Amino acid sequence: MFKVLAKERLAENIYRTVIEAPKIARKRKAGQFVMLRVDEPGERIPLTISDADPEAGTITIVFQTVGYTTKLLGTLEAGDYVLDVAGPLGHPTHVEKFGTVVSIGGGLGIALGRSITEALYKAGNHVIAIISARNKSLLILEEEMKKICSELMVATDDGSYGFHGFPTQVLQQLIDSGRKIDLVVAVGPVPLMAAVSKLTKPYGIKTIVSLNPIMVDATGMCGACRVTVGGVTRFGCVEGPEFDGHQVDYDELMKRLKTYAEQEKEMDARFVAARSREIQEVKR
Amino acid sequence: MTDSPTCPEAHDLKAAKKIPRQKMPEREPRQRMKHFDEVPMGYTPELAQKEAKRCLQCKKPLCRIGCPVEIDIPAFIKCIVEGDFVGSARNLKEYNALPAVCGRVCPQEDQCEKVCILTKKGISVAIGNLERFAADYERNKGTITLPKIPAPTGYRVAVVGSGPAGLTAAGELVKMGHEVVVFEALHKPGGVLVYGIPEFRLPKAIVEAEIDYLKKLGVKIEVDAAIGKVATIDELLSNGFDAVFVATGAGLPLFMGIPGENLCGVYSANEYLTRVNLMKAYNSHYVTPVLRKRRIAVVGGGNVAMDAARTALRMGTEEVYIVYRRSRSEMPARIDEIHHGEEEGLKFMLLTNPIRVLGDEKGWVKGLECIKMELGEPDSSGRRRPVPVQGSEFILDVDCVIMAIGTSPHPLVPMTTPGLKVTPKGNIMANEETGQSSKEGVFAGGDIVTGAATVILAMGAGKKAAQAIDQYVRNKVRVS
Ligand SMILES: Cc1cc2nc3c(=O)[nH]c(=O)nc-3n(C[C@H](O)[C@H](O)[C@H](O)COP(=O)(O)OP(=O)(O)OC[C@H]3O[C@@H](n4cnc5c(N)ncnc54)[C@H](O)[C@@H]3O)c2cc1C
Ligand SMILES: Cc1cc2nc3c(=O)[nH]c(=O)nc-3n(C[C@H](O)[C@H](O)[C@H](O)COP(=O)(O)OP(=O)(O)OC[C@H]3O[C@@H](n4cnc5c(N)ncnc54)[C@H](O)[C@@H]3O)c2cc1C
Ligand code: SF4
Ligand code: FES
Repeated sequence: MFKVLAKERLAENIYRTVIEAPKIARKRKAGQFVMLRVDEPGERIPLTISDADPEAGTITIVFQTVGYTTKLLGTLEAGDYVLDVAGPLGHPTHVEKFGTVVSIGGGLGIALGRSITEALYKAGNHVIAIISARNKSLLILEEEMKKICSELMVATDDGSYGFHGFPTQVLQQLIDSGRKIDLVVAVGPVPLMAAVSKLTKPYGIKTIVSLNPIMVDATGMCGACRVTVGGVTRFGCVEGPEFDGHQVDYDELMKRLKTYAEQEKEMDARFVAARSREIQEVKR
Repeated sequence: MTDSPTCPEAHDLKAAKKIPRQKMPEREPRQRMKHFDEVPMGYTPELAQKEAKRCLQCKKPLCRIGCPVEIDIPAFIKCIVEGDFVGSARNLKEYNALPAVCGRVCPQEDQCEKVCILTKKGISVAIGNLERFAADYERNKGTITLPKIPAPTGYRVAVVGSGPAGLTAAGELVKMGHEVVVFEALHKPGGVLVYGIPEFRLPKAIVEAEIDYLKKLGVKIEVDAAIGKVATIDELLSNGFDAVFVATGAGLPLFMGIPGENLCGVYSANEYLTRVNLMKAYNSHYVTPVLRKRRIAVVGGGNVAMDAARTALRMGTEEVYIVYRRSRSEMPARIDEIHHGEEEGLKFMLLTNPIRVLGDEKGWVKGLECIKMELGEPDSSGRRRPVPVQGSEFILDVDCVIMAIGTSPHPLVPMTTPGLKVTPKGNIMANEETGQSSKEGVFAGGDIVTGAATVILAMGAGKKAAQAIDQYVRNKVRVS
């Protein structure tokens, strides 16, 4: 059992939760994730370790409530427990002094790429962070990101804040302005990672993406997390989650992520029904 | 073992010969397809005694030699004849920590029962069925007693992986007075016994009872602990453990490397079985999804393939095909399982090999292209090598494919342990008798050393390693 110590709403449907997990907090490195199961009938889901405090023995996760498990997780408050947290899993980010690094985070991806950005910044890179969201109210972690990068750029799809447009456009401007970029890191929705990789490829800029395939055990035992990278099948959980963005078959990844769409809808409906029943009981 | 009074009836060769092998009652195929309840229902005491009387109580029992852990088979069977069922179970447990498991899943037809003297004269004693009976009787009676544990030795041993190898080693070591902590990467201990072998073949309550027993003996089990990640082997050794036993299994599923294998609807058997067994997708109370398709091809011919196929039938699949490239006599699955599968309606596509998975524009499986095979010259395994028949390609109409073509060693520990030697295939190299690896203080056993094998061999390795570890820690000069 792992205790929830704090919970905070960052934006609509996005929460940040701090969980007591001393062993994981001590060992985790940038780019790693945990497998979490809320309760006994629950599913195991992968969540990135957004931050950790080894002294306090805590890890921080940021999640978007998209379906049954994340919604259930979103109901937990400080003092509640989650049944299982296993980690830190996956390879840590390869961190060294590359020179100038552009770190792109889209939506929730800002939180997922946070630890990577921080590690690259601390390693002495000049880090330009481009954070983006559909609109201003969905933009998360702006203040915190400022502290862990050299330059922060903001973009919103609707122009309600910062640059009006996509983060790829900001990156294009940077490239066009002639700045030498040694590494690009992109974390966010698959289409964003695909677009960034497509953009940087002709310039030969090394691009790292953090993939989010469906996982079951995340120890290398099932292959649910198969992704095609450079024409070769790789197990995302033990060989990733970070891969060379120029080599990833994004189309396949997107299709595979929809494998359980039908069942997920059913589960979601079940969750909503159970919640409304609970709420009515409380009212009574 | 015991040379106590002989059972006159059992020694009466003529009388024994007249008794036919007692069949274990089974659920009807049509009925059992509706749920995951166990198929064979176990002997009644009467049936068990009748079967036990068939044993000739040989002076030089061949069956014992056929058993990888040399259970004193005539002795435990004799107890059953005498009606001392609990005594029988205790007798078994001196050799085998998990008789209720082995009675169900051991390939007896290739081991003890294969060499039983009665096999030559007809049909062997049903040793596995009797083993299961005695163990179940003891468990159901609640007569399980804890052995006396010697005073703590002060030595600490870490066991990595909680499959049969790890659990056996843990049980042995704790009984020697050592402090034992088992680390398991998943949220539930048991290894393949909980995530792989289905409920209808090995009820999970039995595995849980065995694990509870170990906990009562004092074994500590830490789940959600992937060694190599949360702590490395070296860190375990420098943080207070005197020795480590690595029993992480051969869990990494292999794929064929044919086009279309990453389409939606292609599973490894491990994934399919894990979703259904460990995550209980067959129970509507649980939330892990699994695809429920109409026509499934399971590729492979071993126990794993049979388990996946029979699971698929129970999940409501209309047609389930076993696609296997050799012929029936080469199928490595247990005869019982092939037979049960057949009864339940599995369709066998033998001498058939998949060459491509066909997909639709949305990325879903819509068929499996196969080629017919014929048997040629024997290969290194002694089995005749299957060769493709030119121009015999055809398309099997399926919407889901499960690959059960084997597994390779779990890579996490070898990847993160400098100085631990592995074979080119990635198996940890360890002394067969002691489990000693190339690294001081590190022992290994089970599937991680041998490659995918059997429960009883994994248990045997766990037991041998426990003895070697006991010696090692006691002789070790402690540097504090
Ligand atoms: C390495 C990794 C790190 C991740 N980090 C985060 C994070 O920090 N925050 C966050 O909000 N999300 C993260 N995700 C995605 C997160 O795991 C899914 O959103 C979550 O599993 C959805 O579960 P659900 O029951 O709430 O929704 P569901 O309704 O079950 O699923 C919604 C969608 O999530 C995806 N998904 C479903 N089950 C899984 C699964 N077992 N594994 C992976 N994806 C799945 C599918 O695309 C699905 O269509 C990460 C994924 C990976 C692989
Ligand atoms: C579907 C299926 C059916 C089978 N049927 C039979 C049968 O009928 N009869 C028979 O005799 N055999 C059968 N087998 C084979 C048998 O189950 C195995 O040979 C046996 O389980 C091997 O035991 P083990 O202890 O070596 O490993 P496993 O049972 O594989 O256990 C290894 C454990 O280690 C854990 N682990 C791995 N890496 C780490 C790590 N880094 N840190 C912590 N934990 C880790 C794994 O999660 C797992 O729980 C079957 C196998 C399968 C897959
Ligand atoms: S060989 Fe067969 S008959 Fe003889 S003791 Fe063993 S089980 Fe009994
Ligand atoms: S999630 Fe099972 S192997 Fe990667």
